[in-house]
Amino acid sequence: MSLVRSPARSGAGHAFFAILGRDIVATGRELPIFLAQVGLQPLFLLFIFGKILTTLGYATGDYAKLLFPGIVALTAALTGLQSTALPLVVEFSWTKEIEDRLLAPLPTWLVGVEKMVFAALRALVASLVMFPVGIGVLGSIPWRLGGLGLLVAVLILGALIGAAIGLTLGTLVPPNRIQIMFALILTPLLFTGCNQYPWPSLSHLRWFQVITAMNPITYVSEGMRAALTPFIPHIAPWICLVGLLVSLAVFASLGLWGFLRRAID
Amino acid sequence: MPDVKVTAVTPDTAIDVVGLVKRYSNSPVNAVDGISFSVRRGECFGLLGPNGAGKSTTIGVLTTRIRPTGGSAFVDGVNVVADPVRARSRIGVVPQRNNLDRSLTIRQNLLFHARYHGVPAGQRNARANALLAQFALTDRADDKPDRLSGGQAQRVMIARALMHSPPVLFLDEPSTGLDPAARLFVWDRIRELAESGVTILLTTHDMDEAETLADRVGIIDHGKLLALDTPQALTHSLVGSATLDVVVHFDGAFPSSAQASARPSPTAEISPRPDGDVLAELGQLDGVVRVERIAPDGPGLRARLYLTGDPARLVAPVAELVATCGGKLSDVRLGTPTLEDVFIHLTGRALR
Ligand SMILES: Nc1ncnc2c1ncn2[C@@H]1O[C@H](COP(=O)(O)OP(=O)(O)OP(=O)(O)O)[C@@H](O)[C@H]1O
Ligand SMILES: [Mg+2]
Repeated sequence: MSLVRSPARSGAGHAFFAILGRDIVATGRELPIFLAQVGLQPLFLLFIFGKILTTLGYATGDYAKLLFPGIVALTAALTGLQSTALPLVVEFSWTKEIEDRLLAPLPTWLVGVEKMVFAALRALVASLVMFPVGIGVLGSIPWRLGGLGLLVAVLILGALIGAAIGLTLGTLVPPNRIQIMFALILTPLLFTGCNQYPWPSLSHLRWFQVITAMNPITYVSEGMRAALTPFIPHIAPWICLVGLLVSLAVFASLGLWGFLRRAID
Repeated sequence: MPDVKVTAVTPDTAIDVVGLVKRYSNSPVNAVDGISFSVRRGECFGLLGPNGAGKSTTIGVLTTRIRPTGGSAFVDGVNVVADPVRARSRIGVVPQRNNLDRSLTIRQNLLFHARYHGVPAGQRNARANALLAQFALTDRADDKPDRLSGGQAQRVMIARALMHSPPVLFLDEPSTGLDPAARLFVWDRIRELAESGVTILLTTHDMDEAETLADRVGIIDHGKLLALDTPQALTHSLVGSATLDVVVHFDGAFPSSAQASARPSPTAEISPRPDGDVLAELGQLDGVVRVERIAPDGPGLRARLYLTGDPARLVAPVAELVATCGGKLSDVRLGTPTLEDVFIHLTGRALR
């Protein structure tokens, strides 16, 4: 075998995209399974709350319009979270298979950024799939071309925030306690993110409104409503965007800090 | 630090470690406790030590995965702490534990590794094919890693580490858990690599492996480097050039009988003189460096004499001395000291 060092294309950017390519190849085959996995919960939420309850008359038809943006928001955030948290725990403490990527010639924190970017891509795919699913389940979905720019921005930020929260959980929670953490964190996240109700309507439940204001998913839901259903009272888009950017900054920093702690002893 | 040394990374030094210290955050003791050594370019260097000695920790620091508490480390002239990204492009790493990418096939494991390291697309396939062939993996190329045996996984990890042609290769216990044939296969590949000019740092707790593969061996225990030299020099300087194993019986206990050997210490009660005296007197003989009692695996007093001169010349004087002590020499075996003997000499206990 020749020992001659091949003229390697070096550069962190190249390694970054190679690692992203690895993730796409590694999970590409599982795309249908993945979609079933992340799509089932929102599908049922839409079906029960948006279709069954309105058909039975326990909720008005307008409720489906209110619910749909919230469910898309939820799908983006939770899929992002699930795409980083558990895989990281497995790769760091169990299969150790992330090690070969940690030995690639790029700064270690960039490997963490790649994890987030890939998880956000998955989350975007999943939330986009919610649109045809919504049409199928509800018959029609609220839609506004004028809100497209805001919708894209909110979804991307929401997906990234979910991924950043997952990165934080997956690296800071001890591996043997991740299951418990999931149970303790996912359910509150799921019900305090204003996915099933608009935030301004909580004004006479002040304490709960304050709690929901601390859940980053609230700003995804409200941003989605601003984009798709502006006639429903919602938090102003600029406040949503600021809330999302602040949440992203906080959780991305925490998550990358946790990632570095796990990656380098 | 006692041996303060301005890091003199000469062009022919591939690895330079100075006063390396690592204390894990949850530990009260140093896992690596002030280790210094350097490895020449093209050399095969072995770190020999028992479980928990600090071998993997040392490799972890050199491969940028562990941040040292103190000291410095250079690989291929690159400071691994200050410039880990550049250091990573110079090294291949074969870890102690299987860390193959389970979502990818064997071939994809090699190809993606090459992509991470920026090997041009045109070279990746040819290189993967060559390495798969060299490591006898061609027919497993499209399998997933979870279907491989331990020995096959080990070969894949070595092949993967070589995909970007690193000038320095780290092998953490490359043959632990392999059967004898797989071990010899891996040893042959390591030798080929060493001959082709790759600098190799390997760890092992197997002295055969260290003796066979390494140009120089560092003996490490409790995070400290106890000795460092060629295997020959280590054995000669520390425990002489030859060994003479003797079995001595004293009157009552000879010839050995089944019951005698079943008793806990047959010689102790029957021998007219305490064993210690015989051993002490053997130690006084000309040419005997040291005498060590060997755990008895049969009746009689067993001892290993470490010698400087020709062992055959000592057989007669030893027999004579034993006779004057009232004993009888019943077995004599000539041997050469191994690194195991060196390790016992340095630490007072066996390696395994
Ligand atoms: N992540 C860690 N956190 C705390 N202590 C550690 C960690 N890794 C290793 N140690 C401790 O550091 C010491 C050296 O461990 P190391 O893995 O370097 O030994 P080793 O020589 O490679 O042993 P082995 O032959 O068993 O692989 C041991 O006492 C071990 O318990
Ligand atoms: Mg080890």
